[in-house]
Amino acid sequence: MSMPQSHKGHVPKPFLFNTDSISAWGLLRLRQQLENGLPLTPRPYQTLAENTGLTEQQVMAAIEQWQQQGLIKRLGLVVKHRTLGYNANAMVVWDVPDEQVSQLGKTMASIPFITLCYQRPRQLPDWPYNLFCMIHGVSRDRVLAQLDTLIKDHQLTDIPHAVLFSTKAYLQRGGRYVSHG
Amino acid sequence: MQLDAADKALIDSYQRGLPVCERPYQAMAQNLGLTENEVIRRLAALKEQKVLSRVGPVFEHSQAGASLLAAVAASPEQMDAAAARINLAPGVNHNYAREHRYNLWFVMTAADERTLKGRLDELEQQLGLPMLRLPMIEGYHIDLGFQIDWEALS
Repeated sequence: MSMPQSHKGHVPKPFLFNTDSISAWGLLRLRQQLENGLPLTPRPYQTLAENTGLTEQQVMAAIEQWQQQGLIKRLGLVVKHRTLGYNANAMVVWDVPDEQVSQLGKTMASIPFITLCYQRPRQLPDWPYNLFCMIHGVSRDRVLAQLDTLIKDHQLTDIPHAVLFSTKAYLQRGGRYVSHG
Repeated sequence: MQLDAADKALIDSYQRGLPVCERPYQAMAQNLGLTENEVIRRLAALKEQKVLSRVGPVFEHSQAGASLLAAVAASPEQMDAAAARINLAPGVNHNYAREHRYNLWFVMTAADERTLKGRLDELEQQLGLPMLRLPMIEGYHIDLGFQIDWEALS
């Protein structure tokens, strides 16, 4: 799979084995532990160290390095928007001419109410859309109004699109790669 | 969900940039005029209330392993059963019903591409429904967390 090139200007390094003198297994265990979040203890990195066989300093160094490398996109509170009252969630998909998709993707990504924006392949004839963006809003009407604004402001009237509101969340949790999910 | 000013301040200030130091919750507390104990207690309560799914890192999926957005078109009668089957497949972490002919949308992750393809093939066979497989080609959004519009919510 391709890397999201516009996120960073460098080729990411392997994330597990380039930290001298730290146990690779310890780092793998740390990855697993971190998928469940930071412990809510006064010294969470020390708690992680105890659970992984690393030292507190090594845990902090690994997390800082992963942030610099972009393996960790952000470190902080992961909010469940639905609980807060963001009840409308629309995936809006666009059929953008190939030569325009990158530029339009970057433009959309900078709009505050767009929470994700990706280019994905078309699958003709079933699926003609190649640009995906996500709008989280307080209500369906509000999301549709935001979409109208977007189309007007960026001259998107000629670009075919579809709006896929979500009607039910069957499952929602963080990605799990190394632990068993 | 009614949150007080301190909860909102925690959410507004720390969706990113959580300190990496020995006592991060103390550092946050100092910044917000709270006590360390109060920050920990509030974070635990927000998790309990499902306002937060966790406190911690959000990993970049394309570096962390293989992941793919997939969709199937299920009939209304099939839908709940198909969704339950999808939830049982290893590595599925999001699964939504959406308004479209392709009405079940899910994200599957795995340690590598081969494992991912194998799991998707197996799931496709179990479901007996053709599957759209839509890997990311390019990501444009940098995840900085999501500025909560408290006013719109109130």
